[in-house]
Amino acid sequence: MTSEVTPAAGRGTVRRLAGTLHRRPRLRLALLLTAPLLWLTVLYLGSLTVLFVSAFWTTNSFTSQVVKVWSTDNFHALFTTPVFRQVILRSVGVALAVTVLCAVIAFPVAFYTARVARPKWRPLLVVAILTPLWASYLVKVYAWRLILSEGGLADWILKPLGLSGPGFGLPATVLTLTYLWLPYMILPIHTALEQLPANLLDASADLGAKAGRTFRSVVLPMVLPSVAAGSVFTFSLSLGDYITVQIVGGKTQLVGNLVYSNIELNLPMAAALGTVPVLVIVLYLLAIRRTGALTSL
Amino acid sequence: MHLSRTARIALRAGAALGFAVIYVPLLLVLVNSLNPDRSASWPPPGFTLRWWSVALDNTGAREALWVSVKAGLGATAIALVLGTLIAFAVTRHRFFGRDTVSFIVVLPIALPGIVTGIALNSAFGTVLAPLGVGLGLFTVIVGHATFCIVVVFNNVVARLRRTASSYEEAAMDLGATTFRAFADVTFPLVRSALLAGALLAFALSFDEIVVTTFTAGPGIETLPIWIFDNMTRPQQAPVVNVVAAVLVLLSVVPIYVAQRLSSDTATSSRV
Repeated sequence: MTSEVTPAAGRGTVRRLAGTLHRRPRLRLALLLTAPLLWLTVLYLGSLTVLFVSAFWTTNSFTSQVVKVWSTDNFHALFTTPVFRQVILRSVGVALAVTVLCAVIAFPVAFYTARVARPKWRPLLVVAILTPLWASYLVKVYAWRLILSEGGLADWILKPLGLSGPGFGLPATVLTLTYLWLPYMILPIHTALEQLPANLLDASADLGAKAGRTFRSVVLPMVLPSVAAGSVFTFSLSLGDYITVQIVGGKTQLVGNLVYSNIELNLPMAAALGTVPVLVIVLYLLAIRRTGALTSL
Repeated sequence: MHLSRTARIALRAGAALGFAVIYVPLLLVLVNSLNPDRSASWPPPGFTLRWWSVALDNTGAREALWVSVKAGLGATAIALVLGTLIAFAVTRHRFFGRDTVSFIVVLPIALPGIVTGIALNSAFGTVLAPLGVGLGLFTVIVGHATFCIVVVFNNVVARLRRTASSYEEAAMDLGATTFRAFADVTFPLVRSALLAGALLAFALSFDEIVVTTFTAGPGIETLPIWIFDNMTRPQQAPVVNVVAAVLVLLSVVPIYVAQRLSSDTATSSRV
């Protein structure tokens, strides 16, 4: 008998608990949010805060121990040390170059997949754009290492033209990063072009506009927010990268490399350098937000 | 828009070139795994399957793969629970700071990996070291879970926004308890979104290198770390080639699964 009482009592408890939860949405909300918010705020935001606070500390130059004395020396060094300034400008330049290249390459591809290709083929083409995103980041960079290495595919293709590949260095870094983030630019442009109402294009043509004029006055303004949305990915992913440049960049240094090389000996300096990409990305996001692109992400 | 014949041909050519640029590097990785030579010079002098059998016996790569799978499963499990909880809180409740919560979820993937990496590294160092706990697989899982939450969150939120809460209310009007309504009504509705989120989270963790670098203890080597360490060693080149080729082939699996799950999950981006 007792064995039958227990599940019934158990069911009663469950029912009561369910009733309580149903009557008290705030309790439900608290139960839902406690664990994830503890994880994200204490663990993640906590670590981030400590890191950014430590950017205002210094290190003992003999022992490399962190000295918890408030100073803005590290940030001062960011602007006055020529190497830092140069590397920061180079990193922003690389991120902008990658973004522009991605947009220029993505447009014809997206225009083809969204409006020129037969409707039957379009879903398949979207999958074809998406598939490389699932291939390992490292493998894709490795592929470019193979292509650009001495006597590799790039040299082989350019040889009949009397040229040789760019080898490892800054151009190789820009090229590889462009390759890595290209799908993030193609997809939003494809979506925007696909949703472009056909009657707007017809109206433009009826009013006498040729293809070029329609493109400039109708297509481009409507697709620009999506380009901006895609650029958030291409720009910020390029700015924080330091692995690609290690593999195909030769001796090129970007902000990420500076952060990495300072971690062991001067963590506060590394933290200060780490704030640079974060700040630049935040500024970029604020600038992009004015175009209304963030809502279409 | 009526494109001229030349414009159409130009666009076709441009798109063909674009797709060639996207796929040639991946094909090259596949072909190069059959290259008998250690150098990457093109064209390869011949083809051999020898390195594939050598790679299969490579304990370093096999152990790294196993570590990656364990880290990915652990991170995915945590991300599934936490991401789903926040998704329900954000879509089914209105509360002060709701937008901030959505923002915090995205932050770990929006900030450069190196920033997240060193932040977690120094936090683990200060908090765990005095407790006698060092970096290990556990810390890798914690680090990965932090940025995997967002992909589960995004998938579940997208699904919940499209399913009205009236289904659950109907179930409860018919006498189901909160739990019963969840198990019989809500869960089946979000199941495929959970699967898609889990798939994305695992892929993201499996591919991660930067955060891993800073959260892995000594002796913990995931597959990306193994590839990175061995990439520049000419001696290991043939094995790296094979591992890279395997990863390219494996990338078809999630695409296939995502297609099977539903059309909307396949087009949702990885971020």
